[in-house]
Amino acid sequence: MADTHTTDAPHQEAPLVTGNLGIREITQLVSYHTEKRPPSTWYMAFAVSSTLLAVLLVMIAYLFWNGVGVWGNNNPVGWGWPIVNFVFWVGIGHAGTLISAILFLFRQRWRTAINRSAEAMTLFAVICALLFPTIHVGRVWVIYWTLPLPNQMEMWPQFKSPLLWDVFAVSVYFTVSLIFWYVGLIPDLGTLRDRARSAFRRRIMAFFALGWTGANRHWRNYEKTYLLLAALATPLVLSVHSVVSFDFAVSIIPGWHTTIFPPYFVAGAIFSGFAMVMTLLIIARKVYGIRNIITMDHLEKMAIIILVTGTMVGFAYITEFFIAWYSQVEYEQYAFLNRATGPYAWAYWIMMSCNLLFPQFFWIKRLRRSIPFLFITSIIVNIGMWFERFVITVISLHRDFLPSSWDYFNPTIVDILTLIGSFGLFLTLFLIFLRFLPMVAMAEVKMVLPEADPHHYEKH
Amino acid sequence: MLKRLVRDLKATMGIYQAREDRVYGLLAEFEHPGALLKAARTVRMAGYKHFDTHSPFPIHGMDKAMGLGQSKVGYITFLGGATGLALATWLQWWTSAVDYPINISGKPFFAIEPSIPIMFELTVLFSALFAVGGMLLLNGLPRPYNPLFYSRAFARVTDDAFFLHVAASDRQFDLEGTEALLRDAQAQHVEVIHDHGYSELHA
Repeated sequence: MADTHTTDAPHQEAPLVTGNLGIREITQLVSYHTEKRPPSTWYMAFAVSSTLLAVLLVMIAYLFWNGVGVWGNNNPVGWGWPIVNFVFWVGIGHAGTLISAILFLFRQRWRTAINRSAEAMTLFAVICALLFPTIHVGRVWVIYWTLPLPNQMEMWPQFKSPLLWDVFAVSVYFTVSLIFWYVGLIPDLGTLRDRARSAFRRRIMAFFALGWTGANRHWRNYEKTYLLLAALATPLVLSVHSVVSFDFAVSIIPGWHTTIFPPYFVAGAIFSGFAMVMTLLIIARKVYGIRNIITMDHLEKMAIIILVTGTMVGFAYITEFFIAWYSQVEYEQYAFLNRATGPYAWAYWIMMSCNLLFPQFFWIKRLRRSIPFLFITSIIVNIGMWFERFVITVISLHRDFLPSSWDYFNPTIVDILTLIGSFGLFLTLFLIFLRFLPMVAMAEVKMVLPEADPHHYEKH
Repeated sequence: MLKRLVRDLKATMGIYQAREDRVYGLLAEFEHPGALLKAARTVRMAGYKHFDTHSPFPIHGMDKAMGLGQSKVGYITFLGGATGLALATWLQWWTSAVDYPINISGKPFFAIEPSIPIMFELTVLFSALFAVGGMLLLNGLPRPYNPLFYSRAFARVTDDAFFLHVAASDRQFDLEGTEALLRDAQAQHVEVIHDHGYSELHA
């Protein structure tokens, strides 16, 4: 009972927390990083990310001053990079909700170590995602027209448009993710409050901890609420990328007008999101020395999810091709042949190899447990998933129904710097999170320790 | 009558009234979750109503030991979901079929099918907001002031310590008798909590 050797026996779960950590050590190990000065690597990372954030702000200011003409968007390719980036970022967010809600409902207790940081990543990715359609509308000062607000024109948004569904889906997703994350944080903020040395810090933490005392009468309602939020977030996360895919699927553009889009987009979102979680956690667990909480087993489980979802996405690519042929629709067939062999064949094959081929290495256990390989693959997957959105958006549009308007789409320097800058926004927010909030859900990790079970003490 | 109803309602949120002599209750510390669970059962069997356990994480089986039923958050969440669904349906129907109908590609002014995404989203949004709002309401949070915070030992409740608090507002509360009961239940130490700024430790 007491020995904690790792076992693969299905009836006996391997320990979720290694290194014989107790309740007190978990509090100490996690809270400590929010209380001391961050390591110098944190400052270096923050310097880089805030510089990139400044680049983003300059690009946005330049865009607002000049208009969307500063981008490569043109007549058939009206959507261009901003929408590619939007779909990319909103997809990244999905892993966080999958880990926090879906794995919670499936009683996957290993999620407790990574759910806090994955949820934070969701929020920051959705912030980046919301930015792109907002600046893409051109007249950004009337962005509130997308909301059903009474106005002097006495007009309302057009509720039959998938673009408006998107506004609702993504903003509801952000709101629900935010409150889910905050509810999960309340007990841990209580911990930080009770550990605080300075009165100022205690006041701030006490404000956000809402007077939490760990009372069982409170835990009872709290746990029920958490379960309900998980049950609500699960269909929500599936709906969000489905609605994003409606932006494409409800149109009549060849290559977009397919029923496979919602499940295919959701699988791709989870795939890219897990890759991003992996990239961030491999760095964070090393820099912060929490390898006993975010263990090799966690990384291996994530690698398996990447393998499964990557294969699903690859299957969808092949299905699209088959259906184009099977439909006997000339335009549909051309759209797909053009993807694989046309002027953008390079982008198509980057997508295919990064998303379908590379994850297949995860069939090998040794590679699933190799940190350098996991790290490289997680980055490759995200490159592949960005190209997937590029393939879907740009290649489908650049040769429309009127051959005289066919052309090769080129991004401008503003396009490129805005995308790079959006990583600055994402990473800056994530670094601020690592600095000030517990990156591991302490109360939840304590709950999966053997000492947390009241019957643990009877046999000794 | 009404006063007692309000007092009992607040007690379910964990907000208790201090006695005339400002005694708020007795706070006992236990060694581990197993001991706390047993103590909660003992205190409940002795007939106490105004008591609560405090722990860094929820303890399996504690609701049963304390004799608490199902949480009511589910009903509040359902109410939120129904509100969201009704609001979304009304919003889409009234704006596009009544207040300012616009013919778009000859589609009906209002139909269920294109309205489903927003009906779904607002149902989820209102359910989630009601769930969290309901949880805070049932728990009496936010509660910045709590006499338990006067106890120095209690700061470890969010770290690795396990406490049982019997409130002085309980009918059976009696300083000596309750303390003896808690000590019998293997409390490591018991302290009296006062509602005006200090606590004394009975080592």
